[in-house]
Amino acid sequence: MNNRLRVLRAERSWSQGDLADRLGVSRQSVNAIETGKYDPSLPLAFRIAELFGLAIEEVFSSPTQHQSKAI
Amino acid sequence: MLRTPAWKRYNWRVVWLSLAYVAFLLPAVYGFKHRLVSDALAYAVAILPALPIIGIFAAIGRYLVEEEDEYVRMLMVRQTLWASGFALSMATIWGFLENFDLVGHVDGYYIVIAWFFGLGLGGIVNKLTIGDGGC
Repeated sequence: MNNRLRVLRAERSWSQGDLADRLGVSRQSVNAIETGKYDPSLPLAFRIAELFGLAIEEVFSSPTQHQSKAI
Repeated sequence: MLRTPAWKRYNWRVVWLSLAYVAFLLPAVYGFKHRLVSDALAYAVAILPALPIIGIFAAIGRYLVEEEDEYVRMLMVRQTLWASGFALSMATIWGFLENFDLVGHVDGYYIVIAWFFGLGLGGIVNKLTIGDGGC
């Protein structure tokens, strides 16, 4: 699942550690989500979106939508 | 290694359980070697060292319940799945080899050793596939 986490974080000049502290997760979790190695649960995805003051679909893009665009 | 609060609590539990294991095992070995135990007491003394090991399994289960970082928890779940798969596969293979008299008998608790080896193997697989070794 693609996401805009790195861009949103960079806009606020937050390090991965800063974001991790704000979310109450490990820095490794933020890194894994950012790099697409791990898809967060719905509650964590909502927490991330709420932290940036955005809707969840503004942070995460649907993999099926992404696929259909590619086709 | 990701040191979350739940992981630190798990580590302490494992340290205490490991100390209990040594505290139970050494007297048990001494007692059996010098024929100091028999009958029902022999069963009790023989089982005592197993209890802290069972405690470690319980500690892993408790850790998975207490771990609030879902990514770190997922890494540990993957590790335990690798551990279980590895240990059960080894036990199955050895069981057939032993059944056809191709290898000698191995004590049952070696499955536990294989399980902990598998836990380490799971950590390596996590590192290779996701990039984090986990716990």
